[in-house]
Amino acid sequence: MTQTVTIALSKGRILDETLPLLAEAGVEPVDDIARSRKLVFPTTRPDVRLLVIRATDVPTYVQYGGADLGVTGKDVLMEHGAEGLYEPLDLKIACCRLMTAGRKDEQTPEGRVRVATKFVNLARQYYARQGRQVDVIKLYGAMELAPILGLADEIVDIVDTGNTLRANGLEPRELICHISSRLVVNRTAMKTKHRVLQPIIDDLGAAVARRQVPA
Amino acid sequence: MTVSDRWLLPDGVEDILPPQAARIEQLRRTLLDTWQRWGYQQIIPPLIEYLESLLTGTGTDLALQTFKLTDQLSGRLMGVRADTTPQAARIDAHSLHRQGVSRLCYCGHVVHTRPAHMLTGRTPLQAGCELFGSASAEADQEIIILMLETLHAAGLEQIHLDLAHVAVVQGLLAGIDADAETQAAIFDAVRRKSIPELDELLGSAPAGSAGEQLRALARLSGGPEVLEEARRILKEANPSVQDALAELANTAEMISKAYPHLEMGFDFCELRGYNYHTGLVFAAFVPGEGQAVAQGGRYDSVGRDFGRARPATGFSVDLRLLVAVHGPSEDAMPKAIWAPALAEVGLRVKIAELRQKETVIQALPGDLETPADLGCDRVLVQRDGQWQVEVLNS
Repeated sequence: MTQTVTIALSKGRILDETLPLLAEAGVEPVDDIARSRKLVFPTTRPDVRLLVIRATDVPTYVQYGGADLGVTGKDVLMEHGAEGLYEPLDLKIACCRLMTAGRKDEQTPEGRVRVATKFVNLARQYYARQGRQVDVIKLYGAMELAPILGLADEIVDIVDTGNTLRANGLEPRELICHISSRLVVNRTAMKTKHRVLQPIIDDLGAAVARRQVPA
Repeated sequence: MTVSDRWLLPDGVEDILPPQAARIEQLRRTLLDTWQRWGYQQIIPPLIEYLESLLTGTGTDLALQTFKLTDQLSGRLMGVRADTTPQAARIDAHSLHRQGVSRLCYCGHVVHTRPAHMLTGRTPLQAGCELFGSASAEADQEIIILMLETLHAAGLEQIHLDLAHVAVVQGLLAGIDADAETQAAIFDAVRRKSIPELDELLGSAPAGSAGEQLRALARLSGGPEVLEEARRILKEANPSVQDALAELANTAEMISKAYPHLEMGFDFCELRGYNYHTGLVFAAFVPGEGQAVAQGGRYDSVGRDFGRARPATGFSVDLRLLVAVHGPSEDAMPKAIWAPALAEVGLRVKIAELRQKETVIQALPGDLETPADLGCDRVLVQRDGQWQVEVLNS
């Protein structure tokens, strides 16, 4: 019996950097993903198909078993929790940092701090480790606005170059952790489809390793 | 409060309705009968008891999964059981007092504060078997084979059996020189097979060290060929790890002799669950189902807190999940016989006679439902003064 493999990919920057890696592992979409409105894409391998979904939804699909493999950011995994998932591979793409930030040249206030973020669990854990009690405000985007409008004292967000922060009069403060994209695997699929999945995982690992050599 | 607030059930809490309820009940009877034929005696532990006895010897996972309430009589905390195994261990250690082996089985609801898996809900119908008083490999094998028989009885096919031994990773972890927090972080990374995190946590562990062996093991999973690979990796490991590996290999061989076509996998990082396991652990998977359909393992230390440490092993299943995975069965429930709404002695006698074996639904006065609406495929009609069963013409 041929087993089909479904791979869930994260839209956007992660997707652009994932596709070349997948191509080296022998999996290429038949259509141009960027020009299509489809959500499921057949590939050059008849037994492999791709889903293109939001990064935050990838762990859910892979946990449920709707997809066997997935690519998503470490930030999403840490926020979502990784119960029922394996994370065997760091793809070393879409690298950035998870940081706290606040208004430039201002101190973090004493006492309870208001923090705006989309990473509610991560923010709470981080400040708890620092011994600080915080009020977390969940936002879905444009975190930078919150300190400007006085909604929050600090934000917890993904920082790449820091340009967006600076353009809005903010400064990065503490590094929480480095973020990169990870390959996640459904626990059951890892067992029942091991023979098909392991070569893909190994090929991706080799593709990642080749990229690290010149650097 | 609106009307919808009154009828809505809490998240993850469900009614089991017909015909699903009948299917589950049928499976429950089949399983309890099967287990009885293997010598497993049924116990019916209470839904609530003191928290201390529910959580003995278990990790914090189970404590977080348990609903708590205060006992108005004693002021002590009680818990609603989230797992039946500790109750069975308490019964074996304290209520039965048997010196030899005791085999117990159970079936009942457990309640979880959070769903164990996205789609399982918070009220699984847990059924399982526990074998106390034998530390032998044969006891492990009996439980594994009984678990496989259980899944066959439930009509599941293409079963993948996953075997692991917690002493392998525990033995290696003990050999790593790190503080408790780092140990916990390593344990967590191993569970998730997160090689990148292990690399970070273990640093450049020298070849042959416990750290290096652990990292190599985390990469390892697959069929019987990985046992060979594991032997090579663990060549230098301490004796407890070696023993655990030998035990695993021995049991795997036994099981594959009994079930030559069973697909078997080995995974040394399979450490999920309630943390009370101490030896061989196992789980069964079926393709397309994101969670294990049955799981279990050895937990020799749970009874200690009840004053009697007894070797123990067992497995459990969620009946709702088994029925859902199997899907609607072809041999649907037998259809019923419809009887008219007449208060006649002859009819009453005939119905009573039929009800010894058949389902008979008697119409009520003013009832507008047709026999077919009521799920009947036959009707009782009077011919020449005699009541007879006739096939319903649709």
